[in-house]
This record gives sequence, C-alpha cells and structure tokens, in this order.
Amino acid sequence: MSDAIKTSSLSPEFRKEIFEEPGTEKITMCFNCTGCSSGCPMTELEPEFNIRKFLRMANLGMKDELLNNPYLWYCTTCYKCQERCPQGVPNVDALLKIRTIAVQNGVMLPAHKKVGQLVVKSGHAVPINDDTKEKRKALGLDEVPPTVHRFPDALSEVKKLLHIAGFDKIVAEEEEKK
Amino acid sequence: MTKLSFFLGCIAPNRYPGIEISTKKVMEKLDVELEDLEGASCCPAPGVFRSFDKTTWLSMASRNVTLSEEMGNDLLTVCNGCFGSLVDANLLLKEDDALREDVNKMLSEVGHEFKGTQDVRHIIEYLFQEVGVEKVKNAVINPLDLKVAVHYGCHLVKPSKERHLGSAENPTFFDELVEATGATSVDYEDKMACCGAGGGARTAVLETTLHMATNKLDHMVAAGVDCVVNACPFCHLQLDVGQTEIKKTFGKEYGMPVLHYSQLLGLAMGFTPEELGIDLNFVENSKFIERIRGGAK
Ligand code: SF4
Ligand code: SF4
Repeated sequence: MSDAIKTSSLSPEFRKEIFEEPGTEKITMCFNCTGCSSGCPMTELEPEFNIRKFLRMANLGMKDELLNNPYLWYCTTCYKCQERCPQGVPNVDALLKIRTIAVQNGVMLPAHKKVGQLVVKSGHAVPINDDTKEKRKALGLDEVPPTVHRFPDALSEVKKLLHIAGFDKIVAEEEEKK
Repeated sequence: MTKLSFFLGCIAPNRYPGIEISTKKVMEKLDVELEDLEGASCCPAPGVFRSFDKTTWLSMASRNVTLSEEMGNDLLTVCNGCFGSLVDANLLLKEDDALREDVNKMLSEVGHEFKGTQDVRHIIEYLFQEVGVEKVKNAVINPLDLKVAVHYGCHLVKPSKERHLGSAENPTFFDELVEATGATSVDYEDKMACCGAGGGARTAVLETTLHMATNKLDHMVAAGVDCVVNACPFCHLQLDVGQTEIKKTFGKEYGMPVLHYSQLLGLAMGFTPEELGIDLNFVENSKFIERIRGGAK
C-alpha cells in the first residue's frame, strides 16, 4: 500500500515546467487506459518502472517523488508507448523533459556523467581505442576516423559549444564545480 | 552520381569499423558517392543527451547537420540513434524560427549557421526510397542462402509521425532489402521489440537491458535463423558485445552472428567477410564465415 498523496507537497510549478516542452500538456488528456505501460518492454522486466504512473505523477506535480525515482532512468526510448497512446500523449518527450529537469536539479547517475565527460573531452560518447585502431588498420581504413578525432579545430568548436550550453559544468565532478 | 555526406557517429568508426568500410563499398557499387563529413562529432546520443539538456543536444546535432549543409549534401547515417537525433533536430530547427535563432546564436560563435537546406537520411530508408529494391537486387552477384532475423530497431521507424515510413508495428521495407540479397527474412516472435540499448538504459542498468537482448536472441534462435541483420551500430553492439556479457552474467551462450545491413549486402555483392569486417565482431563468427565462403565459391 502506498501513502496518501498530500496536496501540500504537490508542485504546480513542476507541472508547468514540464509543459514548456511542446505537446506534453496532453498528459492532462490521459484517461488511464494503460495502453502505454502494458506494452512497455521495460515494465515487463521491472514493474516498478511504469510510464503511465510516471506521467500521472507528473500531471499531479509530484516533483520530488519523480525526480528522485531511480526508475526514471530505465526507459530505453523505444517509443512503443508513444505510438500506441490513443490520446496522443507524447510519453517519451514528456519523460525526457522530466529527466532534464532532474538533471537541472542535480540528479544524474554517475555512469551517465561519465559518458557526458567523454563527450566534453573527446567529442565522442564512445571514443576510439587501441583495439579498434588495429581493426581499422586491418580493414585498410585510417587508424583515426575523419571525425573530431582527427581534426583538433573541429574538436575545439564542439568544446566551445558545450561550454556555451553549460554542459561542461553539468557533468563536472563536484570538486571541479567549486 | 548522387553525393551524400557520410556521417560516422561514434560506434561505427570507434568500435565496428567494418560497418564503415562496408557502407563505403556497397554505396559505391550503387553509384552513390560518399564524402566524409570531416570534423563531425557524436550526434549526440539522443536518449542520453536529450535526457540531460535540450540546448546541448540541439547545438551539437545542429553543428553536424550544418557541416553537411556547407558541403551542399544531404547527410547519410548508418545508425538509428544518429538518425533519431539528427532528423529530429533538423526538423525542429527547420520548423521553429525562435529555436533556430537561439541555436544560430550559439553556432555563430564557432563560425557556422544552420540554414535548413539539407535532409538527414538513414541508409536503409535511403536505399529503399531513393535507390530502390530493384537496383539493389541487380547489384547482387552472390545471392545469399541465409535465414535472417531482421532487427529494425526503434528509431528507424519511430516516432512514426516524423519518419513517414509506414507502419511502425509491422513494417516491411527492411525485409524487402534483406530479401533482395537472396536471403530469407524469417519472422520471429516480437520482432519489433527493442534491443534494450537506447535511452541511456544500457549505461544505467546494463543487466536489465541484457534481459531484453536475451529475449530477442531467444526468439531468433527459436526461429532457426543463421544470423541477425540490423540497421544500427548501437543495436549491433548490444546484440554482439551483449552476447559476451550475457555469457558472463547469465551463463548463456548463443554464438549468433550479428551483421549490419551494409555487411550483408557487401557479401551479396561479392566482397569477402574479411573485407567487410564480419570477422571483427566480439562474438566468434568463424563457422558462419566458413559457410559463407563455401557458398561463395
Ligand atoms: S496510453 Fe495514453 S491515454 Fe492510455 S494510459 Fe498511457 S498515456 Fe494515458
Ligand atoms: S519508450 Fe520507454 S516507457 Fe515507452 S514503451 Fe519504450 S521503454 Fe517503455
């Protein structure tokens, strides 16, 4: 059994913030048919992850419960739910928006932060390694691909963009932020 | 000859270069000229970066598209994740004047401007819609006697509203391209199911996503296929590296060969498995390769 929801703990601002993402206000049109969650491959494996429930919580403004919910990060963005919703709720867009609000509030998994740091450093989420360099050579390709990996000026551009967007700060470790 | 800018992304060049070289080889045979999109970065990975910060996602994605605009070409990707990221960013910026202005303010700091003049294409839909199944068929000199599990992946077809490729629950265009190589596309349970890699889930909860990959592989094995053919290096990685992780975590061994469509088509065009990097998967493929050699005379 879960506890009763206290209206005093609900955040209408949170709801408004989510609705800044175009289309997400359609959450209010959800009639709870469970079409989204019943087909979700992640819910099948982890029933605690439930897109229908999460969007209902969003509509109520249950900010803290949602942002600190570890299952927020389980969705694979397969879009099956969004395709199925008879009410046109953009389930995935809404979930991604909720995730960005979580990140703004300092919630980010350490493993995700590492991926972000790789992009800040190398411009790639999956940078080249020695094993692949060997494979490239064996195939007759240049060891280093013609991406930001090969062109330092291009990498500088990406780093500058990430800096302007404030992304380098978002993924910096706590010590570095100070 | 049609020209396209070849956007590499991360996983193809940095983990599965066989996909990169195969794409170059097969597109040349189909009279499509690929120019390297020099200086491109991570697309960036949509599930992860759209989950972090929308401005970051848009600025990086738009820079990649802009590089292609500057070359005067449409952009070609061989990855569902890159396709999702770049198509969505491209559409959004073409349609939303205010957003485009914001992004262009950022891009001007690094000497670029998004103009909205080019399109983002995925190799599978491009081959189907622009090159055509017939032309692909005509380029086949070594018809493949293979039973194939086609894995569309998610972001090639969904969200369908933005993709315009017909049914997302029961599409056929990829199967038609696979069958053009002589191979048979074998139906299997829950064929359109996700491999589990996307949305940052592989990074966040690897073991849970391996269960998803296990489900897929079980269904493919039950259908008696010789290999799986995908349209995305990230699905490729989840299904290939994933098998080594599944072995470690659950003690289950599949030995399922995983091929990107460019590699399958390359075989049918007469290239050797080694030329296409099919031997460079993390799962050992030697039996499959021998079989191909036997059939290829
Ligand atoms: S499918 Fe749509 S209407 Fe049905 S429960 Fe999910 S969000 Fe609500
Ligand atoms: S997009 Fe996410 S919530 Fe929707 S069906 Fe797929 S895994 Fe489930």
